[in-house]
This record gives sequence, structure tokens and C-alpha cells, in this order.
Amino acid sequence: MISQIFILSSKGDHLIYKDFRGEESKDSINVFYEMVTALSGDQPPVVMSHKGLHFIHARQGGLYWVASTKTNPSPFTIIEFLNRLAALTKDYCGSLSEKSVRMNFALIYELLDEMVDFGYIQTTSTDILKNFIQTEAVSSKPFSLFDLSNVGLFGAETQQSKVAPSVAASRPIMSSRGEQGGKNEIFVDVIERLSVVIGSKGVLMKADIHGEIKIKCFLPSCSEMRIGLNEELSIGKSQLKGYSSAVRVDECRFHQAVKLDEFDTFRILKVCPSQGEQTVMQYQLCDELPCAPPFQLFPSVEKDYVNRSVNLSMVLIFLKLRCDLPPKSTALNVSITVPVPKGSTSMSQELSSPDQTAELQPKNKALLWEIPRFPGGAQLSALFKVDVPGLSSASLLEVGPVSMSFELPKQTCTGLQIRFLRLSPTQTGLSQRWVRYVTHSDSYTIRI
Amino acid sequence: MPYFGSEEMVKELKRALSNPNVQADRLRYKNYITKVIRYMTQGLDVSALFMDMVKASATVDIAQKKLVYLYMCTYASDKPDLALLAINTLRKDCADPNPMVRGLALRNMCNFRMPGMTEYIEQPIVAGLRDKASYVRRVAVLGCAKMHSLQPNTDIDGTIVNELYALLRDPDPVVVVNCLRALEEILKDEGGVVINKPIAHHLLNRMKDLDSWAQSEVLTFLLRYRPRSDDELFDILSLLDSFLQSAHAHVAVATLRLFLQLASAHPAVQADALLCTSAPLLATCGAASRELRFAGLCHVQQVMRSQPGLFGTHYKRFFCGYSEPTYIKFRKMEILVELVNDENVALVLEELRSYCTDVSPELAQAAIAAIGRIAQTYSEKCLDILTGLLALKQDHITSAVIQMFRDLVWFCPQSTAAVCQTVEACVDSPQDSEALLWLLGEHGDQISSAPYVMEGYIDGLKTELSSAVKMELLTASVKMFLCRPAETQDMLGRLLHYCIEEESDVCVRDRALLCYRLLQRGVEETRKVVTGPKSDPSMSVLTGRQEEPISQWASTFNTLGPLSGCDLCPQTAVISAADQPSSSAEKELLPESTDVTLSSPDDTEEEISLSLGPPLSHETFEKMWLDLEILQRQTMGFPRPRTALDTLQAALQLVKIQTLAFTPGATVPWKAYIYTRSTGTLILAELLQGDQHAPGIDESLVVSVKQQPVNQHAIRGFVSILKGVLQTLNVDSS
Repeated sequence: MISQIFILSSKGDHLIYKDFRGEESKDSINVFYEMVTALSGDQPPVVMSHKGLHFIHARQGGLYWVASTKTNPSPFTIIEFLNRLAALTKDYCGSLSEKSVRMNFALIYELLDEMVDFGYIQTTSTDILKNFIQTEAVSSKPFSLFDLSNVGLFGAETQQSKVAPSVAASRPIMSSRGEQGGKNEIFVDVIERLSVVIGSKGVLMKADIHGEIKIKCFLPSCSEMRIGLNEELSIGKSQLKGYSSAVRVDECRFHQAVKLDEFDTFRILKVCPSQGEQTVMQYQLCDELPCAPPFQLFPSVEKDYVNRSVNLSMVLIFLKLRCDLPPKSTALNVSITVPVPKGSTSMSQELSSPDQTAELQPKNKALLWEIPRFPGGAQLSALFKVDVPGLSSASLLEVGPVSMSFELPKQTCTGLQIRFLRLSPTQTGLSQRWVRYVTHSDSYTIRI
Repeated sequence: MPYFGSEEMVKELKRALSNPNVQADRLRYKNYITKVIRYMTQGLDVSALFMDMVKASATVDIAQKKLVYLYMCTYASDKPDLALLAINTLRKDCADPNPMVRGLALRNMCNFRMPGMTEYIEQPIVAGLRDKASYVRRVAVLGCAKMHSLQPNTDIDGTIVNELYALLRDPDPVVVVNCLRALEEILKDEGGVVINKPIAHHLLNRMKDLDSWAQSEVLTFLLRYRPRSDDELFDILSLLDSFLQSAHAHVAVATLRLFLQLASAHPAVQADALLCTSAPLLATCGAASRELRFAGLCHVQQVMRSQPGLFGTHYKRFFCGYSEPTYIKFRKMEILVELVNDENVALVLEELRSYCTDVSPELAQAAIAAIGRIAQTYSEKCLDILTGLLALKQDHITSAVIQMFRDLVWFCPQSTAAVCQTVEACVDSPQDSEALLWLLGEHGDQISSAPYVMEGYIDGLKTELSSAVKMELLTASVKMFLCRPAETQDMLGRLLHYCIEEESDVCVRDRALLCYRLLQRGVEETRKVVTGPKSDPSMSVLTGRQEEPISQWASTFNTLGPLSGCDLCPQTAVISAADQPSSSAEKELLPESTDVTLSSPDDTEEEISLSLGPPLSHETFEKMWLDLEILQRQTMGFPRPRTALDTLQAALQLVKIQTLAFTPGATVPWKAYIYTRSTGTLILAELLQGDQHAPGIDESLVVSVKQQPVNQHAIRGFVSILKGVLQTLNVDSS
């Protein structure tokens, strides 16, 4: 059972504090904050104890979401509950940040009051909660359709082939005010996280894809929705691949509200989405990548003496990076981190276009190369000259492995697609349906 | 905490709240109330506004009511007399036609934590238990628990308990679970809520209606139910089978725990359940939330204690992501070390090698330590990597590598030659002093430049700060003197002179005096004392990790235990135990040592009783085995039983003798290490059967017994029990 729940900003400000059982004083917030800030990087902070009081916390949106308890509960329950609390806060407030929590604290108190009683979790379902929540959310930023700066971050495919602004989904689910609340929209996102290790000779060493289908629903009441996935989707290792380019995942798990009677034959998920965000399906594919890895790197690392007599030496790092996506797609926010030898002092670079940037971060012993847009099929190269006084030949071992982070809009690596999205019985034309795909790099490492 | 100007702020709020103009404007009024709550959250003391807030509670606006109730619950205990004023409003709300208002009022009234509340809340709670709205019943059920916690020492109200038991049949699932929770608290002194057969079956049938939180809670309550028969057990298990694969990790894990507990007599069922849950567990290890990831990893580690092979094929899942926090990477490396086998060793080592140059020194050292542990099985490949790392010439890397060399030489004596060669080549820039000095002292005969390195240390003694290094230097120099006297004599003299005459640290000086007096007794005497036992290659049978029974960890599974520090990895335990025999380790070995009453030798007639006690780790056993003297060696007069080894193990377990390790199969010489406890003493024993064809050794089993503390009576008892068991087995097998 939970004794207290509190939300702290990263600076330790008290945003929300609720005591359920009156067992502990409010000082425990400060105790927690002192403990969590005193930790070094290698100590696990998830569970900490102080005089018989256990703190379990999760970090979401730059905030500490903390539960304290005097019993020995299931860590999974508490962590998932804290994550759910954060997700609900996001649903109700529109976005998750210190500002939105500060502005909507009355709403969050109301949520907590209904979710937990005497330290016991009562309900976290949006459908039930919405009957009890009276306070209206205060949006932290004014919503405007003209805010198009981020268009294209998410590709969108709809019946009108329009593009939804990427902020369209970050608004409170319950709102009565005119222009933002009136819209009956439903967003279906297919999000994949890619975790890849590529060996020194370009061999794929490890490739895992974790994917999920998320629904964010703004419809006040929704009847059954049918989501059609690729018909040729096969699940599990046992099913043989035919000649066709079947889409395969190793295993998948569904939200308990999803009805699967048409899944086996037609690959149709039936669900009655409740307001807010929910994950209807999670799937993973391990040790296999159906497409080519999105990026290939051809590095060369050399040692060069500028002036042997004063021992002024440098490392030449020449990177050729090829994007193996289809020509129409683009990778966004690509950043490449290359570890450099200890004691690197300065760096000069030759980049192929002005929108790219590169900098040396001596504190992290790394250089960071950033490319805002990287079209499919393109190849970029860069030359870095890093000055390292007193370089030995062994120091070259310190260069690598290279890690990359990027975002691939309109792309799924498994090839999972949503064929159709039907609301039945067909509702009035007011509702808009959006399908968005995105692949993130969870961890993309290339050894040199 | 008091803020500057907080009194002004409170005064101003008070003025505003009592201003009739503000009270008339509902929106403005509510805004001020919100402000009060905001200050309250920030830690400001706004209890002076209690009166005004009580007035504000009489409103039809539910949102405003909620805010005021939150305020009142916080300050009720500080202002009990004023809080009583609010009770009338609350009691009136408890009879409101709107169930939401009824529930809200009842819940908050029960949250007033002040003495004398019971008389006001008892009647509304009893009424609430029979309310037609499930929302109110939920609140009322937990209200019973709150009422009990207000006056914990009073007698339990039998009617309420009965009513709660009856409400377990309520159609609303949350009411059912709340009843369990409330009963658990009210009946805490009597052992909590009783889960008998009808209740257990009722709960099992309701499982499908519950939401995931309630499911995992009910599964926890079911842990205390014992099915009457195997048929019932398997019915329950098949009913719960689908929950093992739940999309919610907390439900899957809670189900697994219940499976492990219920099926404790059916290892095959347990193994099946573990296999089933391995997929959801692995999925949590890759979850987007890193806290969940960490929890998953810690539980994977627990499962691996019994089923090391379960995750073998998935070892790549435990490769570290580059953006993961260090504490997750640590766990992943620990798991990787356990998963190494002949097929994946090359890939795992390559992965670990790439962590060794990480920007975080702790991570780099942990990666090197991981390679060092793998080296105990795959020494050649690891030695190459470790040697390669020395070329980087970075302090934290070199020092970690040399520490690993020291451990490697101790655990795998066969790698000594290779290590010495490498150390020889790298010692020009000595880094980790203690480990290096130990290596130099222990194997000085194989490292030709050893005396010169040591001389460097002795010359720089004045600037050395650590007394531990100085002590190690003394020991190492004496050892070195024993094998290479000519090169060492002079510097040893200087060292002893400095340490005895000039050193300010008493410990170092005493150590130096000890060495000096030892050397006065002559070289042979010194050799006997200083060159302690070398590591015994036959002990390597102990280093292989044995599978633990599931029951050893099942009780802490799905609790905070695996996540918090108390379940530390055995790896760190070894290092600390090797460095200094800590008294805590001994306390753990002999939990009852405080009330040890050594039985006097004359009461031999008394029956000896053995007990298992907490399990010994291989490392502690090994350490104690090397430290202790053999107290009794006895030839059994018969060969080892020809039964299967697990039969032997089970038979010994039956008489409370724990088997730690044994030579597999029919290899010769055959050895087994066993231990047991008896009235405050720990008995360790080795069974040895030598080569029957070798001359001078008969084929009978030899048992060597060591003990701490000494108790001859217990040994005699132990040997006779052991003899009995082995003879019985011999008769059975022949």
C-alpha cells in the first residue's frame, strides 16, 4: 500500500503532495530529494529506503513521480502505477511538464483522490475517472492550427491526405472550450524503437525492434473501432515465410480490452477506445531486421603527427555515412556521437553542408555530429581532425563505438501497416482519424 | 518551511475569503481557494484560514468541495476543535441524493485523523456499507479500515468484520478487493484476512472482472491459500494460466509468484511457469520506462539463480544501450557474465570490451571486472583483452585490470605464467599498488623485474599515503626476500628501518615489527608463516555456480528486495570478503552465535541435532575451508555409494546436511564438499575417494572435518550420522 505520493520538479520544488495514511510527515519529501540528488550515476535510484520508509520513483517529463510505502509491495505494481499516473496527467493536461503540472495541480489532486484511497489503488481507467473529474484543464500553451513549425515530424495519412500538426495530439482530452474541444479526433500511432549493434565489418550483430500501437482518442464516446493490420502479418518464429515479403513479429501482447476474434484470420483488432492515450498492442521482433539497417557507416581512423618534435599529434577521423532508406523517406534529427581519446583538446572539421554542426565535448570524451535532415539514399561524409597531445598508438582503440540517434517519420522497420481504421457504426462525419508512423532509435551502435 | 512574508500572505487571503463581495462572485471565491491549496502544497502553513475554509465547504460546486476537503484533511489533526465544525456539513453530504457527493463526503470524513472521530463516522460508514451505489460502498469499506487505524487498540467490532466478509460477494469488483484490504488491516493481529476454500474459489472466479491492479493484489492474497489436493491445485493453476502472459508486467509477475509458491512440490510445473513468463519478463527488460526495465532486470537475475539456462538464447537482449543509465548497464553486465557459454563467449566479450573505454570510470571498471569473472572459465581469450587494455595507459583501466589479474591468479593458478609475463611487460608504470604488490610478492620468482619495481615503491615510501599499501608492501617484500634474498635484502632492511623508526601509523609499525621479529627467528620459520596456502586447483570445483532451489528466492520475488541494495550481487561480496575477513560475514554464518552454549565433553549421551540454517556461498565456504584446520580425518571403510549424485544430495538433505559441490560423474579422485550446523557450530566436511589403482590408497571413502567453533561432541555426532546415511545408500545400491 502506498503511504504518500508526491511529484517534485527536477529542482526539488513540491508540485503535488498527498498523504494517504498519515504514517509519515511531510519531511519525507526533503529526505527523498536529498537522497536522490546525492546518488552517483552507478547507484540504482529506483528503490531507496530511509528508516523503514521505502521510496519508489519514476522519472517522466523531467519530474520525479514518487510513491513512499512502509510495506513491501510489488515494485512492478508501483512503477506501473506511477507511469500510469503520469500518462493520465498527460491525457488530462495535454502535455507533461513542470509548467502543466503546476497549472493543473487542482486537477491532479482530484485525479489522485479518485485513483487512490487509503493507499490502495482504486481505478486508473479514463472511462471511470472522467465521471468524477470536475476541474477543467488549463492548457499550458495556446493551441493554434497555424503553428506549422513542426509539420512533417509525424507523417500523416488520412482520407483527405492532410497533414496534422504534430502538436495536434498534445491537448487535454476533456475540454469544453470551443475551437479545441469541438474536434472529434482519433490518432493511431505506430511507434517502433530500434536497438541495433553493427559490428566492425558492417555485420549486423544485434537487432531488436520494440513496437507499439497507441491510440489517442478525443471522441467523447466511441463505439467499437476496427483496426486492420497487414493481412500477411505472421506471428512467431514457427510460421514459415513464403516468397512474399511477409511482415513478421516474434510475439505480441494486447490490451485486455482488445477483442481478437477476427485477428487470427483477418488481422483485425477490435477495440472500444476510451478517452485518452492507451497502448492497444505491443510487439517485438528480435535478432532480425526485415529491411536493411537505416544507416551504414564507413569510418577510417588514422594517427597523424603534425610536429613530431613537440609531440603535437592528432587523430584524423573520416566518416562516410550512408542512409539506406527508400529515396522518398527522410531521417530527422540525426546525431552521431564518436568517442575520442582522452585528453583531446580541440577539433577542426570539414562538413559537407552548412546545416550540419559538429562539436567536441571534452567532458564526455566525444565528438557530436548533428544532421537535421538526412534524405534516403544519400551519403554524407565528414572529416574531423582532433588534436590530442601525447597520442600513443593504443589511444586509437578509444575511438569507437559510434552511437547514433535519429527519428524516421512515416517508417516502420517491421513493415507493419494499418490498412484501415473503421468506426462502427459509422459515426457522423465529424470525427477525424489520423494514422501516424514513426521509428525511433533506442540505441544504434556501430563498432569501429 | 516558513517563507518570507508568509504571514502577510495568509492575512491577505483571510481578508479576501471573508470579503462578502468575493464570496458573492463564485469564480473569484474559487480562485482564492485554489490559491490556498497551492500555498499549502508549497509547504506554507495556511492553517489559520481553517474557519474560512469550513465556510467555503457549504457549496454545490463539487470541484470547490474537493479542494476544501483536501485542505481540511491536511489540517484537521492540528485544529481538531475547528474540524468538528465541518462535520455537520459532511454528515449532511453523506445523505445527499448524489452518490458522488455521498462518497466524497464519507471518504474525506474518514480521512480526518484526529481523536474522537470514531463516534461521528461509525454510523455513516455502516450506512455506506449498505448503500446502493457501488462508489459509496467502496469508500465505506475502506472507511472501516480507517476507523480501525484511528484507534488500533480497541476490540475488533465483530459485526463489521462479518459484514465485510459478506461484502466479498459484492457485484462490484473494487468493493471485493477493498474488503480484502480492509479485513487484512483490521485483523492484522490475528494474521490477516482468512482465505478459505470458498473465498479462494470465489476470488479465482472473479479474476476476469477485476482490473489489473486488483488482479495482482488478489494474486498476492491467494499466496496464503493452500489447496487441499493436487486436483484442486491443478484446477487453480489452469485457471490462472492465461494471466502468466498478461500484457501488464505486474500481473504476469504476481501470477508467476503464485505459481512458484503453489507448485513448490512440482518442479516441472514451476519450470513451465518460468518458461511461460520469460517472454513478458524479457519484454519488461526492454520497456520504454527505465524504472520498469530495471525492475525486470533484477527479477531476471533472481530467476537465473535457479534456471541459468532460461535466458541463454536471449543474451543479446542484455547488451547495453548507449543512452541507458549506468545502474541499468551494471545489471545487464552482471547478467551477461552469467549467460556466457561456449557459443556466445566471443560475442559477449567483444561487447564487454567496447564498454571498457566508456567515459564513466565506474562503468569501465565494472566491464573489466565482468571480463575478469569470465576469465575464470575462458582465461585465454580474456587475458588477451585485458592485456590489450593495459596499452591504453589510463589509470582507472590499468588498476582494474591488475586487480583482475590478482583474482585470476588466485582462482585459476594455471594462468599464473601468462599473467606474470604480462605484468612483467606493463609494470613500468605501476598503478594499482595493492594488487600489483600482492602479485609481485606472491609470484616474484616468475617476474624478473619484480625487485626493481618494489624498490621504486620503497624509495617513494615517504610520499605514500595509504597505510594499506604500506602493509602490503611489507608482506610482499618479506615474501620476495624468501625467494630472491640477494636482490631484496638491502631494500627490505631500508623498508623495515623506515617503518619501525619513522612511520607514524601504528598499524604499519606493528606489522613491520612483526616482520622483523619473524625474520629474526630464521628464514625457515618465516617461510612457514608468510607463504600461506597457495590456491588449491582442486577447489575450482567450487567456483562453478550451482543452481539454487527456487524456494530460496521465491519468497522475495516481486517485492522490493531484489531492487534495493540488500540483495547485492555476489561478485562484490567476494571482493570484500577476500580483502578483509569482515566480522559481519561471520555473524551471518553463525546467526545463533550470541547464545552459544558449548556442550561439555562429558554429556556424550545427548543426541546431537543438525540443522540447515542459512545457505553458505561458495566463496565463504572456500575461505573458511582454507582458514580452518582439519579436526578429524576418518576413513569410512567403504567406498562411496554408487547411487546417482542427486540421490546422495537428497539423502544428505534429509538428515540436514547441505551439499555444496561435488565432482560430477565417476571421475577419480572423487570429491564432495558438505556442511551443516549444530548447536552454534558450523561443520564443514570433505569427502574424498582417491584413485583405487594408485598404490597405498584403498578405495574407501575418507572424510575430513573442519569446524568453527570447535565442538568435538558435535563432530562425533556428525560423523556417525554421515556414516549412517552413506551405509544405507550403499546397501540400497548394492
